[in-house]
Amino acid sequence: MTALTVLRRALLLLGLPAVLFAVWWYATADSTDFYVPPLSAILEAFGKVWTGERLLSDVVPSLLRLTAGYLLAVVIGVGLGLLVGMRRAVRDVLEPVLELFRAIPPPVLVPVIMLFAGIGDTMKVLVIVSGCVWPILLNTVEGVRAVDEVLSDTCRSYGITGVARLRHLVLRGASPQIVTGMRQALSIGIILMVISEMFAASNGLGFTIVQFQRSFAIPEMWSGVLLLGILGFLLSLLFRFAENRALAWYHGLRNARRTP
Amino acid sequence: MTRVAVTTDVAGSAGTGTGPGGLPARRRLPERAVTPLRGLAGLAGLVAVLEVLPHTGLVSADYLPPASETLRALWHLLAEQTFWTALGDTLTGWGLGLAISVVAGVAAGLVIGSIPVLRAVTASTIEFLRPIPSVALIPVAVLLYGADLRSKLLLVVYAAFWQVIVQVLAGIQDVDPVADDTARSYRLGTWGRLRHVMWPTALPYVMTGVRLAATVALILAVTAELVIGAPGLGQEIAVAQTSGAVPRVYALVLVTGLLGVAVNLAARAVERRALHWHQSVRTEVAG
Repeated sequence: MTALTVLRRALLLLGLPAVLFAVWWYATADSTDFYVPPLSAILEAFGKVWTGERLLSDVVPSLLRLTAGYLLAVVIGVGLGLLVGMRRAVRDVLEPVLELFRAIPPPVLVPVIMLFAGIGDTMKVLVIVSGCVWPILLNTVEGVRAVDEVLSDTCRSYGITGVARLRHLVLRGASPQIVTGMRQALSIGIILMVISEMFAASNGLGFTIVQFQRSFAIPEMWSGVLLLGILGFLLSLLFRFAENRALAWYHGLRNARRTP
Repeated sequence: MTRVAVTTDVAGSAGTGTGPGGLPARRRLPERAVTPLRGLAGLAGLVAVLEVLPHTGLVSADYLPPASETLRALWHLLAEQTFWTALGDTLTGWGLGLAISVVAGVAAGLVIGSIPVLRAVTASTIEFLRPIPSVALIPVAVLLYGADLRSKLLLVVYAAFWQVIVQVLAGIQDVDPVADDTARSYRLGTWGRLRHVMWPTALPYVMTGVRLAATVALILAVTAELVIGAPGLGQEIAVAQTSGAVPRVYALVLVTGLLGVAVNLAARAVERRALHWHQSVRTEVAG
């Protein structure tokens, strides 16, 4: 019985992807269309292109810039968000300005930041920060604002103030919202990582893929698209794993409330 | 706008009891009047800072023109035919892409969500395809369609479609089993249950999906123009940047920002209209 359920689950999990893969494989197997090469050729190119030194010279720098920009955005976003969220007057003054900044489509900032920072690594990290910071900042503000009144009063009557209050009440209470902002920021960060490299770069994933496209190295280009897809998927898995660990208390609390 | 005012008002009335700084509530202006004024002050402050910064020499005026120059560039833009054409192109790509993704996302979501087997089979595939960044498709779009409206649509639809379908699926999962069973025992057919049970439950989720999709669609529309060179505001920015017309770049960026704000407000207004009967909107208005 259990073996059967395991089999059933495996079938459900892998069935459709396997079918789609097979369809792609056979539909393009003897494709003569220059732009749509056979899947076998793409996979072959994938093995050749992305396992050797390109891994070190292109994939790693891209990921490092993404990590640096993203972490910086988290620190700035949460820090400023706490400052803005805890003071009502500050929040009222800044909210429209922040909403305007958030509404600017982040890729548009690439040309602007290029003016300031040239086309080096600094520019790319800054671009990622400038796009990722808004969802984190605004969600932190929301989260801090929505901290439970009763808990806040309880803290006050127990004389919990300063750093302890920040750590145990405000940050804790706002963390589900902060994580929501961080999740939005991650997908924006990946977009900006690719875009900033497509604009001006000498290495990186976006640069290499566009290079392949311009030199009509079609299977290599498709393999790059595939790699970006896999990266997006893996990063979201990683994020979900980290979220489940960090917010275990919150999910547990919610489930407990839902099933009385 | 009203939503913002209402929610802050709720927070305000809850906050007056404890009052930051222990000020008695009646000595202050009513929050409803203060909040927009403070907001305006913030915007005015931003303009002032942007005006003064380049004059102080802290930032070169070559990189950051004073606010007055940006606004002048904006004024010139408004008189140009090419600007309005570009704005129209951007809005066309955005609107068409959003419409396609909403229709396709809702249709696919309803079909997949209402048939449990289909849902179970497709779950892993959706989870895999959704996080793929749509900018990965840029080279493919360029090769297949060039700098065409279709490239823009490909990127916009790929990004916005998942936002909608995921929300629709979540909405259908939220259907009350008792309501569904009741509908069944009254012999409502598949269509009847879809129309009277699933759709009303899913609608708030659908609206959230549409709102998210509207924002994402704008980002991708502008990105396609900027990177691929499809006609629109993004391309205008790229052209202005390469020709060194810095105030024009800032003016165009400001336009895209205002467009983003407008899209946000419009999406919220649509959401409130469509859900005027729903608990969340009704209690908000009452509070």
